[in-house]
Amino acid sequence: MPILEIEHLTKTFAGDIVAVDDVSFALEEGEFVTLLGPSGCGKTTMLRLIAGFEASDGGRIVLNGRDVTDEPPYRREVNTVFQDYALFPHMTVKDNVGYGLRISGVPRAEVAERVRDALQSVDLVDKADSRPMELSGGQRQRVALARAIIRHPKVLLLDEPLSALDVKLREAMQIELRHLHQKLRITFILVTHDQKEALVMSDRVMVVERGRIVQSGTPTDIYEHPVSPYVADFIGTANIVPATVVGRESGHLVTAVGDARLRAPLGPKGFEASAPVLLAIRPEKLRLSGPKDAKADCLTGTVVETLFQGNSLRLKLAIAGGTPFAVDLPLGAALDEVAPPAIGETVAIAVDPANIVVFDGEVAR
Amino acid sequence: MRLTAHRRLNSLAVLALPLAWTLLFMIVPYAIMLAYSFFRKQGFTFVPDFNLANYALLIKDPQYREVLQRTLKIALTVSLSAMVLAYPLAYFIAFKISSQRVRLFLYMMVIIPLWVSYLLRAYIWKTILGSEGVLNSFLVWTGVISEPTPLLLYNQFSMVLTLTYIFVPFMFMPIYTALEKIPRSLIEASWDLGVDPLRTFLKVTLPLSVPGLLAGFTFTFCLSFGDFIAPFLVGGPTGTLVANVVQSQFGIAFNWPLGAAISMVILLIVITIISISDRFERAGRIDMG
Repeated sequence: MPILEIEHLTKTFAGDIVAVDDVSFALEEGEFVTLLGPSGCGKTTMLRLIAGFEASDGGRIVLNGRDVTDEPPYRREVNTVFQDYALFPHMTVKDNVGYGLRISGVPRAEVAERVRDALQSVDLVDKADSRPMELSGGQRQRVALARAIIRHPKVLLLDEPLSALDVKLREAMQIELRHLHQKLRITFILVTHDQKEALVMSDRVMVVERGRIVQSGTPTDIYEHPVSPYVADFIGTANIVPATVVGRESGHLVTAVGDARLRAPLGPKGFEASAPVLLAIRPEKLRLSGPKDAKADCLTGTVVETLFQGNSLRLKLAIAGGTPFAVDLPLGAALDEVAPPAIGETVAIAVDPANIVVFDGEVAR
Repeated sequence: MRLTAHRRLNSLAVLALPLAWTLLFMIVPYAIMLAYSFFRKQGFTFVPDFNLANYALLIKDPQYREVLQRTLKIALTVSLSAMVLAYPLAYFIAFKISSQRVRLFLYMMVIIPLWVSYLLRAYIWKTILGSEGVLNSFLVWTGVISEPTPLLLYNQFSMVLTLTYIFVPFMFMPIYTALEKIPRSLIEASWDLGVDPLRTFLKVTLPLSVPGLLAGFTFTFCLSFGDFIAPFLVGGPTGTLVANVVQSQFGIAFNWPLGAAISMVILLIVITIISISDRFERAGRIDMG
């Protein structure tokens, strides 16, 4: 039985803004799921509906077999880690973490013990008597986490919990959150707009676009097989290239990008000849081909800009019709051996048909 | 070195005017008042014969003690009534009104009476509560009472009512400010941790609004403690407050030294209240960041 079932959940705000649009999904116990989308896409509203801070306009929320759609937040077995941490400024760390238990009448000694355990699991026992304002951002984050897990919720909701931290700390906390998840085996729902965070942390990613879940799958699945140019471009980087179908050839679709011919996978959908399509191609799955021998499966473009990225070199090209196109060249052991093309130079790029994802050019537009 | 000296001179120049103003219109008058409180009245002149007789009289004569106690009681009643009225209103406006514009409008509605003359606002209660007043006419008309009652006006009740009405905005403003500063996520966090709204109020909202309550209480208490117009207009014979005694000592009784001594006692009480509340506020100051 799923631990959380969302059925046709809908939420409209004043002014007819549909924040959550007929969303349904089910979570298994112990899953780590990410709601990923840009700001304003409705992902935080979904979380707030599950927590009970917002009342839904339609649909059902079933938590652990119980319909909680109309239950107030204080009667739902979920806990939230807030984006701004929401620590009580007038209480010590210890009192913050033990707050819920203390007030619901759990014996003093038990509260103390569970607070210690919770603080131990976030490695913050020595700060038990500090006030939140004496702590660093990362430490506040841990207190918020300890406070949210102490009641052993059925589902833990995390609303952009790492967005206020600097990059190094954020990456460390991502790993730590994963470890905590593996230890607790509580279902986690993380809301984030950071696609890297989503890929690193979750078992399952749900991509949200305008109040709807447009794709749900494992990080690899989402990365390799995006269902739309939107998803392809939002997760990682993708070149979206307009092309026209020319025909079929030995199990491949042949497309035309300007004068160049690219073979692409057939995909589940049959495209008519001369149908407009969009090709999504990841910059890191490309390599430079021999100079100017414009053979099949090759694009040619003019170098507009080169960006050194540490472990790779990004070439920004203009291909047929001026379409921008990025290529990442891995920089191996010897940086000196690679002679990066100069700006203005024309280069040929080999595109493996397997690395192209084809979308319908008319629907996507 | 020269630079520091230069800077010091500059800051002195900036501060000179306000400092002179404070000195001339605050410190000097208080000093004169303090000096007078040690003078002695002789016929129709005041002799600078330094003694504590005025203060001794205030302690010995029970009528002064009585007035002081009555004033403390009235000021306390007014402050508590204003708190009881202002807190729910401030809470309602801060938490239950989601539209920013409506919130501002309601806030202004509470504040606007402050722009009307104080005298007018006190006087108006005379026309409401008097024997020929609006309230009496209404009660007679509805048949609750058969003839107008004089019980509504010229007593401590009418005085508390008037003072509460006049000073309620001073209670409302700091409470509202304190409540509005509380991040909504704190309240949601409390619910999230299984705590119902009533206990969330008692454990989170109320403690975090204490600075506003303290400030409001201090304002209201000190303002009503020193008031002499409301008792004069609606207080009646049993409603004389300490400020009225000061007024009469400087006026009809023509005993400036005694009046000055009473003023000093009032000043002492008010300063004590302010410094206590300041200390509490400091101790409980909370960084919302």
